[in-house]
Amino acid sequence: MRVESLRFNGIGKNFPGVRALSDISFEVRPGSVHALMGENGAGKSTLLKILGGAYQPSTGSLQIGSQTLVFKSAAESIGSGVAVIHQELHLVPEMSVAENLLLGHMPARFGLIDRSAMLRRAGELLAGLADEIDPRQRLGSLSLGQRQLVEIAKAMSRNAHVIAFDEPTSSLSAREIDRLMTIIAKLRDEGRVVLYVSHRMEEIFRICDAVTVFKDGRYVRTFDDMAELTHDQLVTCMVGRDIQDIYNYRPRPHQGQALRVEGLLGPGLHEPVSFSVAKGEVLGFFGLVGAGRTELLRLLSGLAASKAGSLTLNGRSLTLANPRDAIAAGILLCPEDRKKEGIVPLASVAENINIGARDRHLTLGCLVQGPWEKENAARQIKALNIKTPSAEQPIMYLSGGNQQKAILGRWLSMPMKVLLLDEPTRGIDIGAKAEIYQIIHGLAADGIAVIVVSSDLMEVIGISDRILVMSEGALTGEVLREQAQESRLLQLALPRTRG
Amino acid sequence: MSTQNTLPAPRQGLNLRRFLDEWVMLLAALAIFVLCTMFIDNFLSPLNMRGLGLAISTTGIAACTMLYCLASGHFDLSVGSVIACAGVIAAVVMRDTESVLLGVGAALLMGLVVGLINGIVIAKLRINALIATLATMQIVRGLAYIFSNGKAVGVMQEDFFIFGNGQLMGVPVPILITIVCFIFFGWLLNYTTYGRNTMAIGGNQEAALLAGVHVDRTKIIIFAVHGVIGALAGVVLASRMTSGQPMIGQGFELTVISACVLGGVSLAGGIGMIRHVIAGVLILAIIENAMNLKNIDTFYQYVIRGTILLIAVIIDRLKRR
Repeated sequence: MRVESLRFNGIGKNFPGVRALSDISFEVRPGSVHALMGENGAGKSTLLKILGGAYQPSTGSLQIGSQTLVFKSAAESIGSGVAVIHQELHLVPEMSVAENLLLGHMPARFGLIDRSAMLRRAGELLAGLADEIDPRQRLGSLSLGQRQLVEIAKAMSRNAHVIAFDEPTSSLSAREIDRLMTIIAKLRDEGRVVLYVSHRMEEIFRICDAVTVFKDGRYVRTFDDMAELTHDQLVTCMVGRDIQDIYNYRPRPHQGQALRVEGLLGPGLHEPVSFSVAKGEVLGFFGLVGAGRTELLRLLSGLAASKAGSLTLNGRSLTLANPRDAIAAGILLCPEDRKKEGIVPLASVAENINIGARDRHLTLGCLVQGPWEKENAARQIKALNIKTPSAEQPIMYLSGGNQQKAILGRWLSMPMKVLLLDEPTRGIDIGAKAEIYQIIHGLAADGIAVIVVSSDLMEVIGISDRILVMSEGALTGEVLREQAQESRLLQLALPRTRG
Repeated sequence: MSTQNTLPAPRQGLNLRRFLDEWVMLLAALAIFVLCTMFIDNFLSPLNMRGLGLAISTTGIAACTMLYCLASGHFDLSVGSVIACAGVIAAVVMRDTESVLLGVGAALLMGLVVGLINGIVIAKLRINALIATLATMQIVRGLAYIFSNGKAVGVMQEDFFIFGNGQLMGVPVPILITIVCFIFFGWLLNYTTYGRNTMAIGGNQEAALLAGVHVDRTKIIIFAVHGVIGALAGVVLASRMTSGQPMIGQGFELTVISACVLGGVSLAGGIGMIRHVIAGVLILAIIENAMNLKNIDTFYQYVIRGTILLIAVIIDRLKRR
């Protein structure tokens, strides 16, 4: 197979108010596996979406061989021999494997689908890749790993010579990962261009021939020689600066227990969870995706109902039937998915800030107090340094960091005892991150108990007084700030059942 | 600082766009009105203006609360049936009890019950508004036929005709009721927690829930109020026609929804203002009135109305780009 190299030429992408990518240029050689790395929000997924034709670049172009291209649609991307395998697979669960594989070009005779030809063709595509999958099976009955293989077979059926994987192993078992690695090695040996996005260092070092690092939507550098590259070098390159100074940590006194959780069980928690957090303490929760941390916060914020266990806040026992109960008690959550659960996108910044506290400032029990709302919005915008042209700007035009600060402003307008932060800096640029850490520490200094859930190891270590580690729906360890080391935390976070 | 990732927001452009979003349809309604006065004879005659006002009234009253349904991300298909059933119930109860108060009360109560059922099924049981209100639409239409035995029920009580045919300082009562509804519900939307929470739920239900909004309760109130106001529109209509007619108002729900969407209320929720509703109701009514004055065949009127609705939803779609 003769494949030409893939080049990104000065690719940039702007969204209203946010520059997601700027001036990305690098080359991927055929017959190599090229990793894209960077923190969340560094721009890897945006770049893959441009490659797949889902987004159009604001500047720059792609180059395959000598051809300069800008894909206007997914169809154009596919037509040029590109296949992007996304985290969410684009398959139809209710149709058979064969139908999924040949969707769009099923063999037909006189307009009727030729079933036997379809099954034969599907069988050929799966041969050597996933022989155990019967093309007649309903796709929905396959495991996630098998579905991924179907997606890969689909890419091969179109004879794609550029194949990009977006975090393909996040939901696979160890065996399935092994098989995926074998397949990727085969794709490479056939001389195709393979792009590989993953956060997992061991996979990068196992399979990749080159790594390009992104940061805050910019190209940082490409490492061509994996043998010369060390783990630490790569991490430093990704983070891009001395970590200490952005966390701005200063030890402060704790003032007695705020929230105590005992024997808590509920959806996503497989073993009873018990812990406590003191007033003025920043308690970090580390774990891999799916460890049960978000589920724990949902229980603590009244979003999900617990099956067993008790909560005590400032010595008083607490039952939470819904988020209002938690808010009334002063337990306030900044959710993980800002867009989906945090902001009301079309509403103004002021509206998003005042939506929670409004109930406490009413005339005659139902009339909104305009002057108070105006003043409160202005106060929070100033105090939190929210960058917006005006309080009336729809919040969707703000950058992620400023949206997050507005949600913090919403809670700062209300009596707060415990602040729950779920991935507070995901997708936020470094400057806003530092500001958010400063806010967190300021709140802790005022005696608020802060619980921070994060998948960002350095963040957890950088801001927490104490770290609890979760894995597979259970607490697996407690580490004090002084003893916090990456390797120790990772070891506690890795599922024990996994190979 | 985060300046590296934050572009200066295109403020000028945004403000212009927001201005257009908010006012353009009202200006369009005004423009259409002016065009009609210039090119259509008798358009501005007192008789025609009165007819136009009355045509606006039923749609206008129901559209006020449909705005809340749409703004919260839902809609209500049962309102046409509620209008018919309210008229029938008012007429039947007045025939049997000879009390205007009981008749009107019974009609409004029916609207409340239907609205509560819609609200509870949608909010608590999480059933899609399309299916839920499609079901109540048919049930309530059926009830209207059952209560009336399938025939128009005449009303004898003179007092009842005030709602439809009365005047206050020369202005017909239905028009006054419509204006009051526009003012009241416009005010409610902006100055009460109920109104603001409605917008927040339509804008992002999950976020509203997490921010401590009573999501389910607000939704139930939205549909309950809509039921009562729909019934009020039915009472006004029955009063104008001096009878309760079970077959009236078929397809009315779609007229109301298209008026709202035409004016700029988003079908997806989260965007909506009373001036959108006023603009949409005015445009639809003026165009219909103009077509009647120009003696345009009813068959063509359907095509034109459909086209206008299509243009309205396409505009709605483009706005969310």
